[in-house]
Order: sequence, then C-alpha cells, then structure tokens
Amino acid sequence: MTSGDAPSPHAVGATTRADLARYVTSLGDDALIHAQRLAEWIASAPELEEDVALGNIALDQLGQARLLLSYAGDVEGAGRNEDDLAFFRDERKFLNLQLVELTNGDFAVTIAKLLLVSSYQLELYRRLSSSTDEMLSAIAAKATKEVAYHRDHATQWTLRLGDGTEFSHQQMQTALERVWPYLEEMFDDSWIPATLLESGVAVPVSELRPAFTQYVTTVIRQATLTSPEVPSIPTGGRRGIHTEAMGFLLAEMQHLARSHPGATW
Amino acid sequence: MTTMAHDHQQTATRRAWHVAAQLVDPEIPVISIADLGILRDVQVDGERVTATITPTYSGCPALDAIRADLDQALRAAGFTEVVIKTALSPAWTTDWITAAGREALETFGIAPPAVATPSATTRSGPVTVQLSVHCPQCGSLNTEETSHFGSTSCKALWRCRDCHEPFDYFKAL
Repeated sequence: MTSGDAPSPHAVGATTRADLARYVTSLGDDALIHAQRLAEWIASAPELEEDVALGNIALDQLGQARLLLSYAGDVEGAGRNEDDLAFFRDERKFLNLQLVELTNGDFAVTIAKLLLVSSYQLELYRRLSSSTDEMLSAIAAKATKEVAYHRDHATQWTLRLGDGTEFSHQQMQTALERVWPYLEEMFDDSWIPATLLESGVAVPVSELRPAFTQYVTTVIRQATLTSPEVPSIPTGGRRGIHTEAMGFLLAEMQHLARSHPGATW
Repeated sequence: MTTMAHDHQQTATRRAWHVAAQLVDPEIPVISIADLGILRDVQVDGERVTATITPTYSGCPALDAIRADLDQALRAAGFTEVVIKTALSPAWTTDWITAAGREALETFGIAPPAVATPSATTRSGPVTVQLSVHCPQCGSLNTEETSHFGSTSCKALWRCRDCHEPFDYFKAL
C-alpha cells in the first residue's frame, strides 16, 4: 500500500494477520530457544534422571514451538513452514525473551531460569486457553498441562537447593540474581498490537504479574532464599534485540539446515 | 443419498475404523491407538477416508510414525484417498485410555495412570503426585517415584520397595 491510500478492508485484514503472525512467532520463539538451551544439558546433567527430565522438558517446549511456528507460518501466508522459521531467520527476526537465550550457567542457573520461564508460561497459556483465536487457544490448553509439570520440577529443585547445604543455598541465591534482571521484559505489554488485545486474541502480559510473583516469591521463601533486588537490564527481545549469547546459539541450531538445505533423515 | 449408498458408506466407515483402531502405538506396542484414546474419528466420504488423531504431548515424536502407519494401513485396506488430520482440541487426557488399554499397560509392566482431575493442571499449587501407584510386577502399594520424567514424555520412573523392581508409570494428564 502506498502512502495516502485509504486502508481497504483487505489491507486491514492483512495488517491484523501480520500482527497475529508476529505475536504467535514470539511465543513460538520463547519455546524454541528455551528448548535449544535445555537440550544442551543432555548427557551433562548432575544425574541420569536429570538428563531425562531436562530432555523431556525440552521436548515439550519443542513440541509447543513446532505447533506455534507452524501456525505463525500459516497465518503469515508467505509459504514458510516451521523449519523455515526456525532455521532460516536471522537473529534480528527472532522475537523471544532474552531470558530464554541466556547461557545455561551451572545447574542452579538453569533451574532458576526454568522456574521463571515455566511460571510465566503457565500463567500465559492458562489465559490464552480462552483466547478468541481458536488455534491459539487449542495450543495453549495443551501446553498448560505440560508446563504445569515443568514448573513443579523447577520448584522441587529450588526447594532442594535453597534449603540444602550452605553451598547449594549460595549457588541457588547467586543463580536467582543472575536471571532476575531479565524478568521485567516478560511483563511488558508495549510490543503487543492493540488490535490483538482488544479482540481477545492476545493476553496483556502485565496482568500475569501478580499470580506469577505470588507463586515465585512463595517458592523462594520456602526455599529459605531471598528475592533479589537488582536493576533490570535494557530489554528488546520482542523487537529482535538480543544478547551476545543469541548468535552463538543460532549458529549451532541452524548450521546443519543451512549447510545442507533440504537434508532429511 | 439412497439407503443403499448410505448403508454402504456406514459399512465402509466401520471397516475403516476397525483398520485404524488396530494400529499400535510405536513406543508402547501393546496398546492400540484406539485404546490409548488418540484416534478421535474416522469418516468415509465416497472414495476418501479421513482419520483424525490427537497428540498425547505436544512434542510426542510417535505422532509422525502413527500418521505414516495409519496412511499405510488404510491404503493397504483398499482406501485410495487417505487424509490424516491432527486435532489439538479438546486436549488429550489419560482419562481417554480405555479399560482394555489400562489392562494392556499393566500386563506390559507399565502402571496405568490415575484418573486425572481437571483441577490437577489448573490450580496454582504443585502437581499432585499420586500416592498409591501399585507395582505392575508384584502388586505392592509400597512404591515411590524416582523421577517425574521417564523414557517417553508420557511416563514417569517409579520403583517398588517390596520387589525392588523399577517400573514405568503412565503419568496422569
């Protein structure tokens, strides 16, 4: 559309479609990048059961990412499928929260990250289960059940490490301080198109904060830990601005598909 | 549609359902996809048969294999045009596993899931861990969970304190 044209009904529809594609992509990117990081633990976790647990959680997240990115591709209508979106977009096109791309750090950092991400996703997916967008609501209803297990796993470990030995307590407290600056970004509404909020397709993430905070702070308190008071970092994940860690993650995740286009098993 | 054509279609639909329902889950080869509750619908319309399945977990890798198996089985049964659809809603629950399916799981050595309550995933507290899973080997109730997560998305790891055997528990979802 050239400037000066009055928007036709078709153009309005196209704008909404682009908005919806972008919104769904951002949720899919959270799940995809989180899955990629968790999968790095396989064969490196503190115990065999934990390899299996983190692998399972990664698989659930990957499954959600596939559903969301496939749907984003359909909505966009440019013929891109889940693989195109995962493997052939560059860093600035990824819309995930910066929190999920952070390097794993030690096991405590991974658990702290999982606690925040799963608590956030659980509140978000619960609300999205009644989205006016049928597909989004179906994906969210399914994901809610899975993420409830993820949050429980993170909770058990936070309690065990926080209320464990002096050393594990200290590691867990340090881990919380490492991830806490990335929390603000989760509850920023400013990137969500107003049309999607008005039509009940999207959820204002700021409204998730009270339930999130109540859950997380209760767990932290029970674990004899303290909620950190640290300044938040500049955000931008939803606008394609990422931390230094993101490029390395993408290089590893995308190199095979890019080096061997069309490769199959 | 004439009555005869209608009868013919009903017979074809029953036959297609029967073919589809017999397929087993590739990861738990003792339970059919019908007993597992993931075969949602089979419809025959003229030459076309449409089967609808639903994933157990979003990331379940068995779904692609099941889709391929279904396509192959229905073609082998003489249906020329096969469409496999995936339905996400309503989300699969372990409550859809049939009594025969639960029995097959137990015989195979996998403890069947507890009946899931809707509140288990919607309330804010931790996920309930069922306290009375009985050992599929010796039947003892003296068992404990060793890991929330097991060899596939749908299972957790347990062990029996009496016969000391580890076993899989099909998680209630």
